[in-house]
Amino acid sequence: MLDDPYKTLGVARDASPDDISRAYRKLAKQHHPDLNPGNAKAEERFKVVAAAYELLSDPEKRSRFDRGEIDAGGHEQAPQPSYRDYAEGEPGRRYGRAGPQPEGWSNEDFGDIFGSMFSERGRPAGDASIRGKDERYALTTDFIDAVAGATRRLTLPDGRTLDVKISPGSTDGQVLRLRGQGSGGWNGGAAGDALIEIHVAPHRVFRRDGQDIRLELPVTLTEAVLGGPVEVPTPGGPVHMRVPAQSDSGTELRLRGRGVPAHGGLAAGNLYAKLRVVLGMPDAALEDFLRTWTPEHPANPRAAMEVSE
Amino acid sequence: MISIEVLVTQLPGLRRQDLERWIAYEWVRPDGVAGHYEFRAIDVARIRLIRELRDEMQVNEEALPVVLSLLDQLYDLRRRMRELGNAVGRTVPGEIRQSLAEDLAPR
Repeated sequence: MLDDPYKTLGVARDASPDDISRAYRKLAKQHHPDLNPGNAKAEERFKVVAAAYELLSDPEKRSRFDRGEIDAGGHEQAPQPSYRDYAEGEPGRRYGRAGPQPEGWSNEDFGDIFGSMFSERGRPAGDASIRGKDERYALTTDFIDAVAGATRRLTLPDGRTLDVKISPGSTDGQVLRLRGQGSGGWNGGAAGDALIEIHVAPHRVFRRDGQDIRLELPVTLTEAVLGGPVEVPTPGGPVHMRVPAQSDSGTELRLRGRGVPAHGGLAAGNLYAKLRVVLGMPDAALEDFLRTWTPEHPANPRAAMEVSE
Repeated sequence: MISIEVLVTQLPGLRRQDLERWIAYEWVRPDGVAGHYEFRAIDVARIRLIRELRDEMQVNEEALPVVLSLLDQLYDLRRRMRELGNAVGRTVPGEIRQSLAEDLAPR
């Protein structure tokens, strides 16, 4: 049941076509469904207004209505789908703000008016907030720094610098986690962490063996046979020790506590120096002596190597 | 998908030169290229809307881009709201949706 179209448009029975158009425009601006998406009342109202206008703007229909030949709803037109029917759905992406839009939400969408939903503000901590990504970096450090500890500056791809504290006794492949130094979170979400993998460059002299450090210590024939004081390099600086007399090639000497320093509940390691006898340049006197020398206890050092058929 | 020839018969009084200008302004963005445009249902509805705005509500073509841009933003947001609503409906347990409704309901 439709209202009197003159009342609907708020015009007099004898209104001119111009008055009717003006009245209709005013109401259409107010109630057009495409200007009031989601407002069912406005849509209803607009339909009524449009129907009234359709009737009164057509002189023939208007006169038939005036004569009572048709009622107010007599010529209601089948409604055409409105722009809104498309614009709100998938087809509407075609006319997105910045050109056609891909499916799914961009970072901007998460950060804009819906940001509060994905941030921690006003919510119990840790609930559904979107935390920044962890970022992985690699840092190569030299052997001594890894053993003794050091602070190294790392320049990130985005230009930031991080001072990375390498603790004493760091090992190759160890990962340091710097909290909050990764990518930023979304609108209040916590930043991710920077994960820094430590690569320890090999050393020319030292080798790491857990908490211990091993090296090969060249000694002269004289030092090996007669013993004597030698200087041994350690990560903490050179140390003097005594090679006992009759120290063969391969003998391992221990320097207690001269390995990796105590850290994280681990006691300091030892340094093991494996002797290697070095003959050095040819020496005529040594050769003459050996030609005339008769060993006190002749022995075959390869006796244990003989393999039976 | 319909061609420009079919379109002008569906929208009586639509002048082809007006439509081509609107396309040039990118108020209407059909598929295809000049001379071979293909209009989808949303394009037809948008043309109808532009005509109503211009001819019935007297929004002249100077003001039209402002109005269209505001409408596009409004529909963008409404589409996102709908997507959000659908996502909530798909993923959020009933009791949380109940809490949401209670939080949003008038007090």
